[in-house]
Amino acid sequence: MTTTVETPLLAVRDLRVDFAGPHGPVPAVRGVDLTLRRGETLGIVGESGSGKSVTALSVLGLLPGTARVSGSVRLDGRELVGLPGKELAAIRGRRVAMVFQDPLSAFTPVYRIGDQIAEAVRVHQRVDKATARRRAAELLDLVGIPAPDRALDSFPHEFSGGMRQRAMIAMAVANEPDILLADEPTTALDVTIQAQVLDVLRTARRETGAALVLVSHDLGVIAGTADRVAVMYAGRVVETAGVDELFAAPHHPYSLGLIGALPRLDGRGGPLVPIPGAPAPMAELPPGCPFAARCPLAEERCSVSEPVLEGPDDHLSACVRSAELAERRPAPAEVYPLPELPAASAPGDRADLAPVLAVSGLGKTFPLLKGTVFKRKVGEVYAVDGVDLDLREGETLGLVGESGSGKSTTLFELLRLGAPETGRIELLGHDTAKLTRAEAHRLRGELQIVFQDPMASLDPRMPIGDIIAEPLLAQRSPRAEIARRVPELLRQVGLDPDHAVRYPHQFSGGQRQRVSIARALAVRPRLLVLDEPVSALDVSIQAGVLNLLQALKAELGLSYLFVSHDLSVIRHLADRVSVMYLGRTVEQGEVSAVFDRPRHPYTRALLSAVPFPDPAAERARDRILLAGDPPSPTERRTGCPFRTRCPRYTALTTPADRTRCEQERPALTGGPPGTDHQAACHHPEGPPADGHAK
Amino acid sequence: MTTLSAQPAEPTGPAGPTGLPLSAGTPRAAGRGRLVLARLLAARGALVGAAVVLLLFALAFGGPFLTPWDYATPDFSALHQPPSAEHWFGTNGVGQDVFAQTLRGLQKSLVIGLLVALLSTVLASVVGACAGYFGGWADRALMFLVDLLLVFPAFLIITIVSSRLKSAGWIAFVLLLALFNWMITARVVRSMTISLREREFVRAARFMGVRPLRIISRHILPNVASFLIIDATIAVGGAVMSETALSYFGFGVKAPDVSLGTLLAAGTSEAPVFPWLFYFAAGLLVLFVLAVNLVGDGLRDALDPTSGAAPRRSRRRGRPPRPDRSRRSAGGPLGSSRSDSRRKRP
Repeated sequence: MTTTVETPLLAVRDLRVDFAGPHGPVPAVRGVDLTLRRGETLGIVGESGSGKSVTALSVLGLLPGTARVSGSVRLDGRELVGLPGKELAAIRGRRVAMVFQDPLSAFTPVYRIGDQIAEAVRVHQRVDKATARRRAAELLDLVGIPAPDRALDSFPHEFSGGMRQRAMIAMAVANEPDILLADEPTTALDVTIQAQVLDVLRTARRETGAALVLVSHDLGVIAGTADRVAVMYAGRVVETAGVDELFAAPHHPYSLGLIGALPRLDGRGGPLVPIPGAPAPMAELPPGCPFAARCPLAEERCSVSEPVLEGPDDHLSACVRSAELAERRPAPAEVYPLPELPAASAPGDRADLAPVLAVSGLGKTFPLLKGTVFKRKVGEVYAVDGVDLDLREGETLGLVGESGSGKSTTLFELLRLGAPETGRIELLGHDTAKLTRAEAHRLRGELQIVFQDPMASLDPRMPIGDIIAEPLLAQRSPRAEIARRVPELLRQVGLDPDHAVRYPHQFSGGQRQRVSIARALAVRPRLLVLDEPVSALDVSIQAGVLNLLQALKAELGLSYLFVSHDLSVIRHLADRVSVMYLGRTVEQGEVSAVFDRPRHPYTRALLSAVPFPDPAAERARDRILLAGDPPSPTERRTGCPFRTRCPRYTALTTPADRTRCEQERPALTGGPPGTDHQAACHHPEGPPADGHAK
Repeated sequence: MTTLSAQPAEPTGPAGPTGLPLSAGTPRAAGRGRLVLARLLAARGALVGAAVVLLLFALAFGGPFLTPWDYATPDFSALHQPPSAEHWFGTNGVGQDVFAQTLRGLQKSLVIGLLVALLSTVLASVVGACAGYFGGWADRALMFLVDLLLVFPAFLIITIVSSRLKSAGWIAFVLLLALFNWMITARVVRSMTISLREREFVRAARFMGVRPLRIISRHILPNVASFLIIDATIAVGGAVMSETALSYFGFGVKAPDVSLGTLLAAGTSEAPVFPWLFYFAAGLLVLFVLAVNLVGDGLRDALDPTSGAAPRRSRRRGRPPRPDRSRRSAGGPLGSSRSDSRRKRP
């Protein structure tokens, strides 16, 4: 960096990390240069396997013994690589502290939170136990944990995921470090909790003046938090720039592709731009630019030698054509080949379409049991408590909700094809409570599911040809038909029919999800239930799968029930959306109506918590931070279940309005006549302003 | 769905335009059974093991025709003679031909060992998988049975029952041994099944309308196969030895009939002085168990697509296109997931 005169706080130069593999060392990081100045936030973004976490871990020397680290990591000019463990231990936690991804495994389950934070204090400071404990309470207070004195005596399992991550941050800032390393700190959390935790990180940084290194795969999180961004690919930094510059005018085709592959919350924006291919395997990288095989701008010289990271001022990029990109500033769609998607069907009258799925008042409780020999019921978990769904032919219904909102239970109730506990499920015109066994079996052919994790949902011991044939066998299709159908299906989802003899582990994540989709399509279903189908995939792969889903839907006339926690994906794909909170449908309607003019305060908060991959817009937005966590579903509250966190409820002035929220369950009521938009709130937002139905 | 246009959108796998050697030729040529068989045939260890087992059978049942001696008839002119041209494996204290005896014992032990292992493994996998998969009352009833059999002193029961089953011969003996050999395996299979039942691919099969027994045979058992196979190969040796122990107490194989077990029991004490009484029988037993282990290892690797047999497989002829990639793609996704786990571990 030419612009700084002072020594940077942290300077990483030519860092290389190799892991021992079965066929020789496998590189994970191949020459990374990073500079972190005092008080700055550096975002490191990249897909899985790009080496971003390994880079962060190697700063603290936290890599396992099989890793070989070379290069230089200087903290205030002091070399850290090769430092003996004892001296490193003095730096860890004191000068550089770490916030890990999984807050559950980052705490020792058998010690109290307070003791663990106090221990972190006492390791580096000579204070007595009482002082350390007081300090721990202060820290918990700083990160916004209610009643910190009581929280000190809690065990980690008594905290929710968001609280644990806050406590983790409290522990990290206990010694006022100069650098906070946060490795995917919000990946395991829900959006509203993610917004809280990011806010806490910002607070912690402001209070301690520490510099922050934020490692994430989520461009939105980076855009909202970082000052500077480093994009990593195949173990190298391919582009680094100020956050605004990077998002406005990326100089590397990979960064450009990443931005184009991301579905956005603020508009439908046509087909996503998938980056073709899959990341090159680190064990055998081709000579030259590792991205060349996937790059639409690749030239002959790209495969000759690897471009160095260079560029004007602070905006460096490792691409031979970066100057060209900087000048032209193309949109992602201009550079990447766009898949041709069939046009969406003309919006006709919904009422004319045949209903595929109609659910009303669905409820499901699980008994809470106690005792070992004689189990007795001590209570009930209201997992689903009033869900309404309405899906017509050829539509995509997005089902949104945070973890614990009852999405999965709803799905399994639908797929069980049995009589629901309460309420009514009507599937393709059949009431599931009245199905005979034979009818249910036939109906299974009309309804298929694609699961979230493509590795877990494919039998690892079956070649994919057999996997795809399975639903056909279950529906007793003739053998000749199966033999004809399998290659056809593989081609339909964009895989090579010859690969039918391969096993699932021989495919990449995106390809495996395609196999899952092929299996679901095998029996020509009419309704496809997609349970978070892309949340386990990297952004660039996810775009390809989403485009495939859109193309298949248009081609085969499918209806989708698309479950996701990612609102941007829903916005991109769905026609209608249904928002769940604590087992209840709180808002539903046409997707643009719900997303542009949310009426339920929960939907508003949810939408405002989703980070935009656009730094300027992200900073300009005002956030609604929800307080606390969702309450436990073991008790069924009277009135509105959301009122414990509802900003609108707290803002209500007249006692009559409040009592109404406390005592009366809001029903799903329509908005302005003629629109497809209902919310379950006594005091909905937006026009028409009169929330009180007369 | 009559329009079968290849999706042009997708870059991940270049869809072959028309050349479909698979579907054009024999239909369903690529089933799991054939793949496993091909992998098994490609595993050298398994072939060697199978050949050795076959040779042992040939020796046990064809060998007696090579020698004029009978296993029971003593040759009083040769007591405690070392191996010679006359008596190939020597003779024992009463002048019986050790070669003939060993072959006779081998016949018994081969059949007993393999059958007991097979029966007990099949029983264990069926009971364990059913208990684990169905849960509830089926689970409780089956596990009660397992626990009951576990607390029964098996040895005592065999001793009591076998004297009554004398007329039924060795097959009853095999059944008895198998009956008291499967419980622990069943418990392990049950617990593995319980964790498999919650896996998404089993759930997916259930939602597709696949019948429970079919799920067990197609999904559950192949996924516990590694354990079952290892357990079965150990059970082969174990069965031969427990037959020995019973024979020692006078049940099972009765004099003048012999098994490898009785030969070993008789020869152990004399091994330092008359080694031929012990080492031929012991050597054949070791060879047998080793060969079964080799076959088991081969079978396990053939059933497990992620096993180390992958590189050998890719060398085989007739791999789908890009044979150079097959090895890499086996490591590719694994490699990336490995770096994932690296990310998550701390």
